[in-house]
Amino acid sequence: MHLRPILTIALFTLREAIQNRLISLVLAALISLFGLAEFIGEVAITESAETKLSILSSALRFFAVLVTSLFVTMSMLREQHEKSLDLVLSLPISRASYFFGRLLGFSGVTIVVAALIGLCLLLYSPSQRVGPWVLSLACELFIVANVSIVCLFTFRQATLALSSVFGFYVLARTIGSIQLIGHGPLADPSAPSQRLISGVIDTLALLLPDLDRYTSSQWLIYGAPQGSDLVSIIGQTTIYLTLLIGVGLFDLYRKNF
Amino acid sequence: MHEVPVPVLLSLCCGLTLQILWQTGQPPSQAIARALPSPPQIDVLKVASLGEPEALGRVLMLWLQAFDNQPGISIPFRDLDYGLVVGWLDAILSLAPRSQYPMLAASRLYAEVPAPAKQRQMLEFVYQRFLDDPNRRWPWLAHAVVLAKHRLADLPLALRYAQAIASHATGNDVPTWAKQMHIFVLEDMGEIETAKVLLGALLDSGTVTDPNEIEFLTSRLNQLQARGHDPLPRTE
Repeated sequence: MHLRPILTIALFTLREAIQNRLISLVLAALISLFGLAEFIGEVAITESAETKLSILSSALRFFAVLVTSLFVTMSMLREQHEKSLDLVLSLPISRASYFFGRLLGFSGVTIVVAALIGLCLLLYSPSQRVGPWVLSLACELFIVANVSIVCLFTFRQATLALSSVFGFYVLARTIGSIQLIGHGPLADPSAPSQRLISGVIDTLALLLPDLDRYTSSQWLIYGAPQGSDLVSIIGQTTIYLTLLIGVGLFDLYRKNF
Repeated sequence: MHEVPVPVLLSLCCGLTLQILWQTGQPPSQAIARALPSPPQIDVLKVASLGEPEALGRVLMLWLQAFDNQPGISIPFRDLDYGLVVGWLDAILSLAPRSQYPMLAASRLYAEVPAPAKQRQMLEFVYQRFLDDPNRRWPWLAHAVVLAKHRLADLPLALRYAQAIASHATGNDVPTWAKQMHIFVLEDMGEIETAKVLLGALLDSGTVTDPNEIEFLTSRLNQLQARGHDPLPRTE
């Protein structure tokens, strides 16, 4: 595996993002959501800055996830339809080089998206709080981009792939709360159906990253997270990316083009 | 434009005309007051927040605050079911425990209605939630003291709240006037001896450092000692 083809593929991916007007879309969304946040701030009778910041940052986080998953899925799908993937793989480039090139390119795109959002949030919150938030958002987007690649390799259809990505994301964001309900006082642990459901939930929780701990709007309002929280997020991201890269490469190598 | 067949243009115009006619024929929307729904369980709200409880709490607070202004209709706060309002405020505080918004809404909006029973219900909510985080929520209980004293004319209730501030809000950021409220409520209740003892103890404790405040409290203590058991004029 050589570095040069990886960098070339990554560069083409970044160029594709610019040609698809992804940056323009992010800027347009930023302006629209900032307008909405200002309106919401006017409605609040107290803590208007905190209310604006909380709602704006959550909306931007969901937007970033949505736009990343859409861009990655549509880009990979177009490549399949135009047979450019077949063309690339017919060259003396290993499948792993192609995979890492695409992954590097998509990661670059997510960093740009996260940085643009972070720059705009600096209007409302100091850099000491925005910095960790942006870092965490970038980690979250790396995972989403990688899951989108894996889902498209597996299903080879936009509808199925995007539904799976959003399902994964919602589950990863809520699995902690679902687990609490499953083991709460209202659940009867002696009932077989309850034990089965709890077992399924616990198994899912083992397989999913706890995105619930990522990119909290509370960091922007009340103060940056502890260093250990950030280390935990970076650790979880590294481990999950390793898993996803393994799954993606496994799927790519077993496919016949 | 020239390349578009005439039937296509006709169908486009026909569709547009029919749509406008259809909408014109629809009965106008009627303003119907909706009752405040029961708040969902906090676990359900946490799942629905997708890991952003703070943001959901703030959105819900804005929704609850605007509930009296439904499209085309305005419902006075006193007509709301206060049991449900308290439930929602409680849920919002659970989602965003560091936000002061629900406490402000409870003490400054919902507790200001001209309905004593509902005022008491809301003040009790403020008192209960104050106990969860006294050093940050004391301003809302201090306002509750004022409401209990002047609006409800219930001095024992005002004393209970003022004593709660004195005994629970012990942080350095809590101003001494808030910690002293119970002394003046006692004074208003005619409990001059108790007020004298508490005021003297406060001055002796050395917690009051501002010279103007010390002078004010000392003159107040002197007035109390001079008047004996005669209640002083109320300080409103």
